[in-house]
Amino acid sequence: MNRSLEIPTYRPVGSVHPPLDHPPYRSTSTRRPDRLDAMPQTTTEVTGPLLGEGRVGSQDHDLTAQHPGEPLGERIIVHGRVLEDDGRPVRNTLVEVWQANSAGRYRHDRDRHPAPLDPNFTGVGRCLTDDEGRYRFITVRPGAYPWGNHGNAWRPAHIHFSLFGRAFTQRLITQMYFPGDPLFWQDPIFNSVRDPDARNRMISSFDLSETVPEWALAFRFDIVLRGRATTPFEDDHDDEEDT
Amino acid sequence: MTSGVTPSQTAGPYVAIGLEWPDGPHVVDEAAADAIWLRGRVLDGEGQPIDDGYVETWQADREGRYPHPDDPRGAASGFRGFGRVRLNDDGQWAVRTIKPGASPSGDGRWQAPHVAVAVLARGLLQRVVTRLYFPDESEANASDPVLARLAPDERERLVAQREPEGYRLDLHLQGPRATIFFDF
Repeated sequence: MNRSLEIPTYRPVGSVHPPLDHPPYRSTSTRRPDRLDAMPQTTTEVTGPLLGEGRVGSQDHDLTAQHPGEPLGERIIVHGRVLEDDGRPVRNTLVEVWQANSAGRYRHDRDRHPAPLDPNFTGVGRCLTDDEGRYRFITVRPGAYPWGNHGNAWRPAHIHFSLFGRAFTQRLITQMYFPGDPLFWQDPIFNSVRDPDARNRMISSFDLSETVPEWALAFRFDIVLRGRATTPFEDDHDDEEDT
Repeated sequence: MTSGVTPSQTAGPYVAIGLEWPDGPHVVDEAAADAIWLRGRVLDGEGQPIDDGYVETWQADREGRYPHPDDPRGAASGFRGFGRVRLNDDGQWAVRTIKPGASPSGDGRWQAPHVAVAVLARGLLQRVVTRLYFPDESEANASDPVLARLAPDERERLVAQREPEGYRLDLHLQGPRATIFFDF
């Protein structure tokens, strides 16, 4: 073995993620692959796109400031940290979010929910984490909305998150939920995560300390990506170039 | 085993709101003399196009180096390596890129030129990842450690077909011709 061509590896995550085969979520039936081949990580998987400031505009973190007027609804701050599973921050990594408006309607051609669009709300945001792995968005609280999965099915209010981390193994698409939502029990997507502790990690917490008086409630959502088992060149990561 | 990792959830049917980049499909710009198009369709178990998802690609440069500090031969520079494209109504994807070189696997062996291809969509509770290999690399493909894991007919489903502007590979999420997807 040529030691000079060694790579780090990323730890397994056990049963955290939902199974692809989850019949209560009907769309899985014709789309989920029947099986996955469990292969060792190679250079391809332990590297990944390092996308920097060129991807993010100055107002992209503020979903309430992308139009001439302010969107309707309950203004909120959504913030947190992106971490590896050993607690190390993931710095300078791109966080992308998208969501329905306060009435539960997405700005998308195929959303037929008879709730109003808001001319002052697109529902997309981007930012980069700072040196502590922190991100922060200003938005409005999304509404719940009906979908055709089963009789009287409603999605709990949620914000979609897309994360890159620093490796293809860390790429994560998830959803952030709000504490105390009465719709959790009937939602097959939320409940596709079998481990109750893992499920609860998708629920943000109300954060009075970041709530801005007379202005906006804050919710905190920390996102934990699978971590590296070895870190041979850790210090090399501090000064990554934008691409 | 418990880990504090945040679970995956589906990208859902409205993912195009969040992930659309004007330059997403352009891993390289049109000035690249050796640019090629990688294309294909993504189909469900009934042969219907996945028309509400995304394909993301990740690959090495011409020398097989990734633009990342953990590349064992050092980071490639000036190369994004990443493509992102919305599937159209016919389930089609296309990225303009270059053909990658062979890359170290990380265990002392070498990998044939390949592109990692991920699908994100409604109905997928995690993104699913496969690889595109090249038909004009039969010698390298024969010794590729990932292809070697698969039965011959499974391997063939990961090898693209040559076409005038590049290569084509259709992805079948299910069925008798199902693409092999990987967990790593």
